[in-house]
Amino acid sequence: MEYIKKSPWVIHYDGSSCNGCDIEVLAALTPGFDAERFGVINTGNPKHADIFLVTGSVNEQNAPVIKQIYDQMLEPKVVAACGICACSGGIFSECYNVNGGVDSIIPVDVYVPGCAVRPESIIDAVVKATEVLEKKQKELKCSKQ
Amino acid sequence: MENLISESLTADLLIVVWTIVASVIFAIIAPIVGCLFAGIDRKISARMQGRVGPPILQPYYDFRKLMSKEKSATNGSEGTYLTFALIFVFIAGGVFIQGGNILLSIFIVTLASLLFIMAAYSSRSPYAEVGASREILQVMAYEPIIMLFGVGVYFVGQSFNVGDLFMLPQPIIIFLIPVFVCFVIALIVKFRKSPFDISMSHHAHQEIVRGMTTEMSGPNLAKVEIMHWSENFLFIGWILVFFISANPVSIIIGIIVAILVYLLMIWIDNNFARVKWQSCVKWLWILGLVVCGANFIVLMVL
Repeated sequence: MEYIKKSPWVIHYDGSSCNGCDIEVLAALTPGFDAERFGVINTGNPKHADIFLVTGSVNEQNAPVIKQIYDQMLEPKVVAACGICACSGGIFSECYNVNGGVDSIIPVDVYVPGCAVRPESIIDAVVKATEVLEKKQKELKCSKQ
Repeated sequence: MENLISESLTADLLIVVWTIVASVIFAIIAPIVGCLFAGIDRKISARMQGRVGPPILQPYYDFRKLMSKEKSATNGSEGTYLTFALIFVFIAGGVFIQGGNILLSIFIVTLASLLFIMAAYSSRSPYAEVGASREILQVMAYEPIIMLFGVGVYFVGQSFNVGDLFMLPQPIIIFLIPVFVCFVIALIVKFRKSPFDISMSHHAHQEIVRGMTTEMSGPNLAKVEIMHWSENFLFIGWILVFFISANPVSIIIGIIVAILVYLLMIWIDNNFARVKWQSCVKWLWILGLVVCGANFIVLMVL
């Protein structure tokens, strides 16, 4: 069994979100939804995190920040794009200043739809992300041997 | 004459061997018990906040996960500092459970926290450096009380040896209630609980990211966790010094009080906001010097 599945620590970054999704991400950690049941901790530190939750679309201003946070995270790591803006750019995708979804700069493993994304779907995304983490952990072990 | 020297030498050697054995035993028991305490802490905290909370074994899962993560550090010395900090905590625990000198145990734990501070400084991260300098202020704040605890123990028991202290006719607490209160407050800092968790917090965000552990990751962070659990176990052991006497019933009373103190810590942690370091230093020094001082004056007059 991979213990990473039981202890997913997340880091949350607000790209250029309207704050709707961010509030819901934090709501997932509040007593009403209590993501800590699954061992989820909001670390706020890329070096401790396993899951990167990004909300909002990507633009020239925040692209290097997202790239840096992703690079600072240690393997195995998983990216979850929370909300339609993070998935594809949403209604802002045609804007002159928007590059698109998070997958335009870093590989995304879990796409979470919604505007704003529901706390239930965020918890679901984290649970999905733990499965991806487990798979990546196993691949890492194989590549080491 | 030669016989006498060799006899005292063998006695000293025996103590050294016993301390090493006790350190190994401590290194096995303390992380396990400390891990369970941490799990219970998180569960009770969650219930206090109206949440279900993680499983009791969650800290163990976290530890295993951290061990399996990629190894990465800003420099090689960070891991070395942390390893030795961990070893010194084990030795301090060994000295204590072997019935050795309580003052030595206190000093070795302080040495471990100094090595931890060095590890934080070595990363050169601004957040870790702010955390490390706050940790120094914390150590400065609580150390007088911990030291006065050692002095008080000697005042009453006429010995620094834990083995002798456990054989006293009456428990030390009878004479040292004010010192015990100060000691419990100093333990809030040692347990890294609110309102004195200024250098690093267990809980999510704070203004200096994760303080001292900002740059520590994977197995290095796992060492910090183990160290913290072992330290907590040792501090709970120090509480027992106040209560255990020659009477076997006192052991049960001591354990009950230690558990109650731990529950009180969790309650305090959930009900108080973090203070500034100025208040931390001020309150602890005032408490340490005034309350403990008054306690000693009364003891001297009597």
